[in-house]
Amino acid sequence: MENWRRQPWVFATFIGPGTLWLFLFFLLPLGWIWLFAVGEREGPVDIVVTWTLENYREALQPVYLQLFLKTFLIALVSTAICLVVAFPVALAICFAPDRYKNVLLLLVILPFWTNMLIRTYAMIAMLRQNGFVNDGIGLLWTALKYLLTPVGLDGLMGERFAPLPLLYNNTAVVLGIVYVYLPFMVLPLYANLEKLDRSLIEASLDLGASQVRTFFEIIVRLAKPGIVSGIILVFIPALGTFLISDLLGGPDSQLIGNVVERQFRAANNLPLGSALSFLLLYLTFIALALRAWFAARAEKADA
Amino acid sequence: MRNPIGPLEFTRRGWVRLWLLAVFVFLYAPIVILVAFSFNQSRRNIVWTGFTTDWYGRALNNASLIEAFTNSIMIALISTVLSVILGGLLALGLYRFRFPGKPVLDGVAALPIVIPEICLGVALLVFYARAGWPTGLPWPLNLSQVIIGHVVFSFPFVAVVVRARMEGFDRSLEEASKDLGASEWQTFWNVTLPYMKTGLIAGALLAMTLSLDDFVITFFTSGPETITFPVKIYSMVRQSVTPEVNAASTILILFTVLLTVIALKFQKPSEGVG
Repeated sequence: MENWRRQPWVFATFIGPGTLWLFLFFLLPLGWIWLFAVGEREGPVDIVVTWTLENYREALQPVYLQLFLKTFLIALVSTAICLVVAFPVALAICFAPDRYKNVLLLLVILPFWTNMLIRTYAMIAMLRQNGFVNDGIGLLWTALKYLLTPVGLDGLMGERFAPLPLLYNNTAVVLGIVYVYLPFMVLPLYANLEKLDRSLIEASLDLGASQVRTFFEIIVRLAKPGIVSGIILVFIPALGTFLISDLLGGPDSQLIGNVVERQFRAANNLPLGSALSFLLLYLTFIALALRAWFAARAEKADA
Repeated sequence: MRNPIGPLEFTRRGWVRLWLLAVFVFLYAPIVILVAFSFNQSRRNIVWTGFTTDWYGRALNNASLIEAFTNSIMIALISTVLSVILGGLLALGLYRFRFPGKPVLDGVAALPIVIPEICLGVALLVFYARAGWPTGLPWPLNLSQVIIGHVVFSFPFVAVVVRARMEGFDRSLEEASKDLGASEWQTFWNVTLPYMKTGLIAGALLAMTLSLDDFVITFFTSGPETITFPVKIYSMVRQSVTPEVNAASTILILFTVLLTVIALKFQKPSEGVG
């Protein structure tokens, strides 16, 4: 690497355009709403920066705190499900014979390249009242009833199959998040497991540890960096979810993203919307700082 | 007789196979059903009544859908070109130079990748409205608001990809070129750029997919005349769910799959798959 003073013009050509773009169209807009968050509405459009903390105080009222808590919980549950579902998948791809490995990886990546909106829309068709999941359960129900009738137990099951309310609730939102972000969990796990020293697993098994014990004490421990990356990659977008909860959620599954959108559009309460989105940003930064802290600690343990 | 399952052959264990199967069914069944029902005769989109391609005809005759599609392509093309230029230059600068404030720039350039999309979306919405960004410009200039937003979150990705590629670059090649009398520009054009090419192509395809796929940023930055394909599909979904939406979605899926195949083809000769 060379010092920038040696060729200031070349340096400016390389660094300048990107830095300018980031400043004008990223930092400036974010700074703008950061100021709005400490401003007050004056008239229908004007906002005056008065360095008030009133908007943050309002954003921390119980009604919004509950909203944050719920968003946090939904993101947490979705991330946990992703981790549990993805781990065996990543492990299986990792230890698959070489000729299947690329095919399996491609199968995981392909949905990730399909538009998120389309995948969310596809979930609607699966989950709605006359959707495929309900139809499938209905078929099973009918079959079971048919089987139970000769034994005289069909009375236990009720007269008709009542479709389950699968769509427009919190479960649907969690399912949607898992569906959309699962590849984000599989890929970092896979990348991490692929590098892992297999002789350690073999040693553990040779020395008499069971498969279960080896899994938890060797594989999971060594895969920690991948687990942390995967959690961050799923958790942060889940916190800011707006589309999935908008399309799959019901009236009680509005998340922080939906409320921010409403403040900026329909409600036109920009100061409150700005304060809410900055609280969301601060939450994101805390998550990132935690990740950096984990990484630093892991490095220290290695040294 | 097959060999017994070795301790590390997880993929041959029954429950792992079942798990894999279940996950792939979960990932693919909704998409497959969506595509299948774009060929369904019934308008109600629930019961299969027969094969037809009518919905594709309708989608292709839907003027606003075509307009949204053209917008999407135009936005993707321009934002890809800009992202590759900005991202490539930034990556080279960060690779080559030592300067005060480098960690800060590194961090800020990574921010658009990590912050929730909705924060950037509302920030740009406010920025355009308050900065008095010109509106009512002729096409394609009126797409500038969306394009700028797409470049903001795409070019950091390009920079990451190109920088990873530059890690393997031998700087003595550049020095040799200059020692032999080539100018800074000739060295860049004949030595550095050819090496960067795979990184730039990979970055370009990534930027293109990100732009075509984006919903959130576009949703906040587009006006009534600058709607893109995903935003149009969103408003169709909100109104009523007809097989026409499925047909339009299928077209977009095909488009991205095609891009992916091209991407893999480009990567194969030099780096192998993946």
